[in-house]
Amino acid sequence: MMPSTPTPSRFLPTSELQALINVLAGRGYELIGPTIEQEAIVYGPIASIDDLPRGWTDVQEPGKYRLARRDDDALFGYVVGPFSWKRFLFPPSATVATADRTADGWRMGSPADKPPKYAFLGVRACELAALAVQDRVFLNGPFVDPIYRARREQALIVAVNCTQAAPTCFCTSMGTGPRCTAGFDLALTEIVGGGIAESGFIVEVGSETGSAILGELPTREVVDGELSAADAARQRAVDQIQRRMETDDLHDVLLNNLEHPRWNQVAERCLSCSNCTMVCPTCFCSSVKEVSDLDGDHVERRREWESCFNIDFSYMNGGIVRNQIRSRYRQWLTHKLASWVDQFGTSGCVGCGRCITWCPVGIDLTEEVAAIRSTEP
Amino acid sequence: MTATALLAGTAANPWQSHTVAIRELVSEAAGVNTYQLGFVDDAAASAFRFHPGQFNMLYLPGVGEVPIGISGSSAEERTWWHTVRLAGNTTRALGKLARGDTLGLRGPFGSWWPLEACEGRDVVLVAGGMGLPPLRPAIENLLAQRERYGKLTLIYGARTPDTLIYAREYRNWSWRGLDVQTTVDQAPLGYRGNVGVVPRLFDRLHSLVPERTIVLTCGPEVMMRFTVRSALARGLSIEQLWVSLERNMQCAVGLCGHCQLGPEFICKDGPVFRYDRVERWMGVEAF
Repeated sequence: MMPSTPTPSRFLPTSELQALINVLAGRGYELIGPTIEQEAIVYGPIASIDDLPRGWTDVQEPGKYRLARRDDDALFGYVVGPFSWKRFLFPPSATVATADRTADGWRMGSPADKPPKYAFLGVRACELAALAVQDRVFLNGPFVDPIYRARREQALIVAVNCTQAAPTCFCTSMGTGPRCTAGFDLALTEIVGGGIAESGFIVEVGSETGSAILGELPTREVVDGELSAADAARQRAVDQIQRRMETDDLHDVLLNNLEHPRWNQVAERCLSCSNCTMVCPTCFCSSVKEVSDLDGDHVERRREWESCFNIDFSYMNGGIVRNQIRSRYRQWLTHKLASWVDQFGTSGCVGCGRCITWCPVGIDLTEEVAAIRSTEP
Repeated sequence: MTATALLAGTAANPWQSHTVAIRELVSEAAGVNTYQLGFVDDAAASAFRFHPGQFNMLYLPGVGEVPIGISGSSAEERTWWHTVRLAGNTTRALGKLARGDTLGLRGPFGSWWPLEACEGRDVVLVAGGMGLPPLRPAIENLLAQRERYGKLTLIYGARTPDTLIYAREYRNWSWRGLDVQTTVDQAPLGYRGNVGVVPRLFDRLHSLVPERTIVLTCGPEVMMRFTVRSALARGLSIEQLWVSLERNMQCAVGLCGHCQLGPEFICKDGPVFRYDRVERWMGVEAF
């Protein structure tokens, strides 16, 4: 909840960012933030600012992701990588139920879930939107997912405004960014170089918890030029966004064109590899597997990420409903952009561009939408 | 930022199964058994109520979980019928269990037949194969309050005479006021019943009064689509037709994504739909 009077923004020098990490640790949070692993910026445990990708950026285009050196020491000078916060709130593998064999038969149980108390550092505006989408899916329907809820309720969010964009970004089309406007406890804008006396962060408060944390940090008042430098940095991201997706009537354009020839064309390129669904920050499909101990007396029901691109996803009664890549790609795109709206009152797409970057053959959903739109019968 | 303010759903853990024991086991046909399941825990038994048309998830630890329509009367309070075709991994493992064995159950889930809307109306129930079990609770409830309804007709088709399930009950149902008509795809020489597809029996229904009739149908999708076609041809409107659909259902609560048909989650928005809600999607191949 917002404090009754908005706290004015404060300035936190980069040299003091470690204080934020320490305060969060002191409050019992497990801090997750950007770090470099396997030549990508991913989200993982952060103990020190030395874990952050200082001076690195990402270079993205359809089917391509590379790290590159920046010519400054920015800590958050990248866009988004293959991970999203989904993997912490909706873990790729989680035990949802247990069963134990007893003398009187099977005893059904629930796992003892001790969810970590996460603090997320570096959440982008499109990712705040993705969290809001997943809240609707997992918390806001007739049934609540207990795994997601337990993690989400405790999570603290330190957002970081984008100061650059990738060619794959289209958050401005989806109305989700690049500016962080709500859904965070604290939001930072990093200013570095460019005539600034001191590199650091403009810190905005989004909740009472955020306000209390800010009070424990060695911040100072914002001085002349710093706010305009932050504005300029954020504007740079806006200006760099080139990709667009026309969203007017998108729901009907897709659902009225389920037999469009474009589905056949994209199916010739699509490998049905499921990468797009794995990197998507809102895709929520899952399957449950039975995991027994060796004598079969203790069984865990393990829920794992699943994809509508896997052929057995739609298996039923000895048959596969979506037996062709055409129908699986159509399912994914129409769900994400159209039927998601019917189901949850929001698009399932936040414009982060991950599915474009991480598609091995560079299929671009904005291009597919434009093609269907331009040749609507 | 906490999400507490967004929380609107139920706090109950949808993954929690309850232990049930097989109280009775009846063979309906080759590879089709009915299990009467009773809760081991009295509190779970008292809390369990269902509407005709809903389903449960039956769970065999270490093997898997399957959605099975509840096929007993909703007035029964100690045991619940589940008629299962033993076809897949989990159901074949279920077929190896005996009376007294335990398994897991969670439910009931999904939407139900519009029996209140049937009051004062004629009702035609149309079932194919394993589509009859999810209609059986509707039959029981209709017959339990027979005076509230007009003409009641069941049209039921199966592949062969020996795969017509619940055959022992047809005489009782007829006696209680249900016109039971069966048909089979194939029959041995000398079979005196109907041979042919289900919609043809619908075409031949005499004394059908379209404006006062409601159709409830469950079976293979192709059968339901042709039944709908027959009903429309006889002058019924699409709002008078109800179908029960099937898809791969794993979580049963709209969270796993498997059972989607366009905007619908079959598990939580269905399985029972008024036909106008799903007509558009049922015609799309491989959707």
